Amino acid sequence: MIRFDNVSKTYPKQNRPALSEVSLEIEKGEFVFLVGSSGSGKSTFLRLCLREERPSTGSVHVLGKDLGKLSNWKVPHMRRQLGTVFQDFRLLPNKTVAQNVAFALEVIGKPKGAINKVVPEVLDLVGLGGKEDRMPGELSGGEQQRVAIARAFVNRPMLLIADEPTGNLDPQNSVGIMKLLDRINRTGTTVLMATHDQAIVDQMRKRVIELDKGLLVRDQTRGVYGYQH
Amino acid sequence: MRAQFVLSEIGVGLRRNLTMTIAVVVSVALSLALAGASLLVRDQVNSMKGYWYDKVEVSVYFCTKADAKTAPQCANGAATQDQIDAVGAGLDQLTPSVVKTKTFETQAEAYKHWKDMNPDSALVQVLGADAIPASWRVKLQDPTRYDIIQSAFAGKPGVRSVEDQRKILENLFGLLNGLQTAAFVIMLLMLSVALLLIVNTVRVSAFSRRRETGIMRLVGASNFYVQMPFIAEAAFAALLGAVLASGLLLLANFGVQHWLASRVQFIHFIGLSSVLQVIPLLIVAGMGMAAVAAFLTLRKYLKV
Repeated sequence: MIRFDNVSKTYPKQNRPALSEVSLEIEKGEFVFLVGSSGSGKSTFLRLCLREERPSTGSVHVLGKDLGKLSNWKVPHMRRQLGTVFQDFRLLPNKTVAQNVAFALEVIGKPKGAINKVVPEVLDLVGLGGKEDRMPGELSGGEQQRVAIARAFVNRPMLLIADEPTGNLDPQNSVGIMKLLDRINRTGTTVLMATHDQAIVDQMRKRVIELDKGLLVRDQTRGVYGYQH
Repeated sequence: MRAQFVLSEIGVGLRRNLTMTIAVVVSVALSLALAGASLLVRDQVNSMKGYWYDKVEVSVYFCTKADAKTAPQCANGAATQDQIDAVGAGLDQLTPSVVKTKTFETQAEAYKHWKDMNPDSALVQVLGADAIPASWRVKLQDPTRYDIIQSAFAGKPGVRSVEDQRKILENLFGLLNGLQTAAFVIMLLMLSVALLLIVNTVRVSAFSRRRETGIMRLVGASNFYVQMPFIAEAAFAALLGAVLASGLLLLANFGVQHWLASRVQFIHFIGLSSVLQVIPLLIVAGMGMAAVAAFLTLRKYLKV
């Protein structure tokens, strides 16, 4: 699903690489936490997976494609096969819940009939049935993140990438979101989640990948956040 | 691509940047109106050249009695009928290679024409028919080959001068060409203003919608889908400008036809059909230019 081969990334005008010689593989159907302090290279890792950046050296394979060799015009098509969720939700404040989810389908040219069918389904799945016509501003943080997850999942992607999805949420809402992501993972979707949330990582007991100053320092199945090494 | 979605995006975008949009529309309108005016002046000059060159003549003037004192080539006094006939025969030799037709205007006829055209002139009282020269009026196959007549007959006995009416027109055409160049230069300046405004508008528009475009890129909308609303927005603003420019040209045409044409009767003005030919050109050029400018701007500000 995701394979890094000796991947390094150095940004222009920076001495230390943001990511240094990272090699790892994430299989289909896995649930993986990506942990590490700020500046450890988590964001760079995710940006490389989304092909928002290209590696300086090494190669990144996502969904069976070598992103380094993927031409620019093929990138949108690649992104349609994965879902992304962010800490700040990234919803459109002037569109309703249903319109926000539908927007993701409209802009990739899905026909209206199909949109009208799948949007209520996915909103039910994330537990927002009955709130289709609310505006994002009227929802709690947890509910807004559910809308974002619905939008990411509406195309039934093989891979869901979440960048600190619980970073702006209280513990109770965080648990709800994690339950939802777990359910999505059980449908067969691979989930890669970057997080600072120690309680969640400790509780879920999934594979943990830890980065420190750009180096891969730990890759542990059924790990915890604060593993001492 | 769903048309309704794109149209609503364009509407939202244009309203959001209303002041910028107005600036774009006005500057595009002015530059296109000037471009159109420049094209039309060129048409006008061509049409006048065709019309007038067909009518202009080369005149071979003969000496009058009065010229004997003032012009050295007429020192022998008024031209004799033999001298006039000799020039006439010379012109016949050049027919039809250079000369199309020739007519003779006697002093009496020339005096009458002159009096008809200047009825109020005080000179009419002073000058007699003797003062106006007789002439061969020559129409040429190719009006630009005046020099052949000039070299063949200037200085022949009894010939006072060979004059080309085209020279008078050349001044007028020179003026019109100057106007055309001026319109063209101002058009270029206005055009660069319009282009810079379009670039800026697209930039502001892309910035104010970065949230939408960010999400679009995230969910894998194609570049075409992400960029289309911006390009369509610029093209639509340019379309409004082109329509405004067309209105200005039609208004100018109306003014020329209804006001100027009745006052300046010696010029044949080009009409509505010429304007209608220029308008589609302006619309296509305006929209194309705006779309290309928007596209190039987006390449810089909306990366994948």
